[in-house]
Formats: sequence, C-alpha cells, structure tokens
Amino acid sequence: MLITCPYCGPRDVIEFTYQGDGNRERPDPVSQNFEAWNAYVYDRLNPAGDHNEIWQHSGGCRAHLRVVRNTLTHEISSVAFVRGDHGSAARSKAEDKP
Amino acid sequence: MVERQSPLEPEYHVGSHGNFEHGVEILLTETRPGSIVQLAAWPGEEKKLIAAIRAVAGLALPDGAGGGLSDGAKSAFGFAPGKFTVADEAEGLAAAFARVVTPAIGTVTDLSHGRTAIRIAGPKAEWVLAKFFAIDFALPAFPVGAGRSTTHHDVFAQIQRTGTDQFDIYVFRSFARSFWKALCHASEEVGYEVQ
Ligand SMILES: [Zn+2]
Repeated sequence: MLITCPYCGPRDVIEFTYQGDGNRERPDPVSQNFEAWNAYVYDRLNPAGDHNEIWQHSGGCRAHLRVVRNTLTHEISSVAFVRGDHGSAARSKAEDKP
Repeated sequence: MVERQSPLEPEYHVGSHGNFEHGVEILLTETRPGSIVQLAAWPGEEKKLIAAIRAVAGLALPDGAGGGLSDGAKSAFGFAPGKFTVADEAEGLAAAFARVVTPAIGTVTDLSHGRTAIRIAGPKAEWVLAKFFAIDFALPAFPVGAGRSTTHHDVFAQIQRTGTDQFDIYVFRSFARSFWKALCHASEEVGYEVQ
C-alpha cells in the first residue's frame, strides 16, 4: 500500500503510523457529557468502503495527514495535511513529473 | 579546537573493499560537518525562515517540498513542511542562526553532535541506496540539491543529493555505526573505497 504524502510524495505504508478514525470529534476536555465521551472512545462507523483516517508520516516528514482509504480495496482516494496551512510548502505534483 | 570523535571510528577502514577487482564503483566518506542545524518556522513564517537561510548561509533555496542547495561547504534542504536542515563545514552555525531566527519566526536546534553525515558517491550510489530506501533515486525524481526524509529499518534518515551520483545521508549518531556497517555490506558487491 502506498500513501502519497503531500510533502514527500508516494511512500510505502511502513513509513506511516495509523492514528485512528478521522471521523471522531473529541468533546471539550472539561466536558462531563459521558455519552459524548463514550461515543468518542467507542463508537465507530466501520464502513465497508471509504473511510476517513488520520495517519502520521512518522518515518518521513512527520506531518499528520487526513487520508481517505477504502477498507475493501485499500485504495486511497485523498490525502491532505491535517493542518491545512502546510499548503504553501506542499509539493506540486506537476513539478514532480517534468 | 577539540577534535570531535567519530561514532564510526571502530568500523571505519580506509581503503578498497569488496568486489573491487574491476574497479571501485562506490566511495564512502564521513563528511564530519562542523555544524548541523535544524530550523523550523511557525505557520506563516516560512518565507522569513528561507530568507534567514539566505542571509546566514548564502543559500537561496528553491521553492517546493524538499528543495535544497549545496555550495560544497554549506548545504541546506527542506525535510518537512516549514522545516530545514542546514550543515556547514565550519562550526558556529547554530549561534549565527539564533541571531537571525527570532522567536517570532521559528526555532533553531543544534544537531551538530546528534547526527552523523555519511557521503556515498560513485556510479552505483543510486543502486546501493535503492537497496535501503523505498524512494525514487532517479535524477528527474530526486534532483541535485533536493532533500528527502525517509527510514531504513526504523533508522530515520535525511538524504540530500549533492551531485548527480553523490548523496549525503544524515542519521542519528547513536545508529550511525550500525547504518555504516550495513552500507559497507551493501556496497561490497560493486566494490567500494572508504576515504
Ligand atoms: Zn511526508
């Protein structure tokens, strides 16, 4: 499986660390809403198809990435920086393939 | 000046090794830069940091991910969004950057004693490195001056191409001897010389 890091380009999956379900929304840390915490910790969509995930390019630029991966085919349809403002430093794909 | 000790020293054997009857196709050296510095810009401050690299090191980095440059004595390249490695033959680079990279722009981390710089050169350099790292070493994909962050068996490595068939590899000092031994083994089949 290859993940195309927006900074580094296509890299083998061994360079990446899975950081969990990208659909979760963490409640306010001071929140006492136990249902919201329960959902954050345990509830998963578990789709058979496209899945929003967070990965870190831990063996490369170390950026955190939003990845959409198909759980049936491992096809990756989108990769973006979690922190959108890395955009200015991102590799332009055109420059990659002269 | 105090002579810095090399972590490679017990395994650093100057001379020709391996299958070199038909000539050596790999040159291995430890470049021992006096300074290795890591610079990181806060979000939105990247342009100021790139200007600081130009002011201090005299290197005008090209735009884009992994963009870099080397003038022989000084080298700089991007290794992550807003982050750069700069090396210099001379000592004192961290202090020079600390005067220019203000806390509002970003951070300066002196890694001069934390990294070991290994140079692999020769017609088979791409061939040997391709056995280590799952990245494209071909010149169009990895131009001269550019940098890459990658991993060999969990040993993090930053690689800068400093010539058409020359690469400088920065590895953690504590892993450097093990990495060096692996690099020597991998170079045996083509014949290598340690200088
Ligand atoms: Zn990356």
